[in-house]
Amino acid sequence: MANTYKLITSTTLTGTQASVTISSIPATYTDLLVKTSIRYNGSSGQSVFVRFNSATTNYSMVYIEGSGSSVGANAWNTTGIWVDTTYSTDSSIFTNAEFYIPNYTGSNYKSVSSDITSENNASATDLSLIAGLWSDASAINSLYFYPNSGSFVSGSTFYVYGISKS
Amino acid sequence: MPGTYEPIATTTLSSAASSITFTGISQAYTDLVMVFNGDLTSITGAGIRVGNNSLDTGYSYSLTRMWGKSNGTYGSSRESGSIDSLRYDYWAAGNGNPRNAIFHFQNYSNTTTNKTILIRTNIPSTEVLATVGLWRSTSAINQISLMLSGATTYTAGSTATIYGIKAA
Repeated sequence: MANTYKLITSTTLTGTQASVTISSIPATYTDLLVKTSIRYNGSSGQSVFVRFNSATTNYSMVYIEGSGSSVGANAWNTTGIWVDTTYSTDSSIFTNAEFYIPNYTGSNYKSVSSDITSENNASATDLSLIAGLWSDASAINSLYFYPNSGSFVSGSTFYVYGISKS
Repeated sequence: MPGTYEPIATTTLSSAASSITFTGISQAYTDLVMVFNGDLTSITGAGIRVGNNSLDTGYSYSLTRMWGKSNGTYGSSRESGSIDSLRYDYWAAGNGNPRNAIFHFQNYSNTTTNKTILIRTNIPSTEVLATVGLWRSTSAINQISLMLSGATTYTAGSTATIYGIKAA
C-alpha cells in the first residue's frame, strides 16, 4: 500500500521571527499531523497558539494541565489552539508539541487533539492535553503560529505531515 | 515511521450505527493506530473491544484514565475486574461537534504478552481524556470494534481508520 505519512513541509527558523505561516497545504490527505519544537523569547506565563487559515475567531479548548506539582483543567474560548504553554529562561530548552487534525478538509467543524510537553529541570514545567475545536466549516489550507509575547527564536522547527486513509 | 504508516481499513458511516467493527486485520505490522472522528447521538459509554477471530466480550479488560472537563474538574480513575470493554468516551452526549479519539495498539500481533492500548479522546467543549487500557490476552489482535452501550449510535459521517506501523 501507499506510504500515507508524508512530510508536506517543514520550517526551521534561522533567526528570530514573530510568527510562522505555513500556507498552501494541499487538500489531498485525510488528516494532518503537526510536530513542533519551539522556543520564544517572551515573558513567563505566556503561550503559543496556532490559527487555521489566519482566522482569529471561533476557537475553543478543553484542557488538563500538569504544571510542576499542580494540576488543573478548564475550558477556554481563544484566538487559536495552544501549541505551547510555558516559558523557560534556559535558552537551550525548547518545548515539544504534537497535534492531530482529523478530516481537515471536511465541511464539519474541526476537532483537534493536541499534546504539549515542556521540561526544564526546574519549576516552569508543563504537560498539557488539549481537546481543541475550530468552529468553522472551511477546509484548512494554512497554519499560522504565533506567541502572544515575544518572538520565536532560531532553531524552532515546524513539521507538517499528511496522513491519508487510502 | 514514514513509509510504514499504511491504511489497513477504513469505514465512513452512511447512516447511524451502533458499532464500527474491523475484522481480518493484517498481522504484517508492528503496531496499529486507529483514528475515530465523528459524533454520538446521546450520552453513553463508548468503548472498544478487541479479539482474535471473535471479539472478546468477557471481563478481560482493565483501564486507568485521567480527564479534564470544561467545568474545571479533573481526576483519574481505574476500572478492572468487571468491565467487558475499554471505555474511551464516557460522559458526554453528542453536541454536534466532531469528537476524535486516537488509539495506539503496540505489538498487537504478538502471542506472548497481554496487549496495552493507549487512547487519547477529545470531546470539544466538554472533555479531554487520556486512557491506558489492557486486554488480558496473549492472542494476537485481528478484530477491533468501536461499540456503544444503550440505544446510542454513531452518527452518519463518522469515520474510523486503522493504520499499520511497521518497525522494519
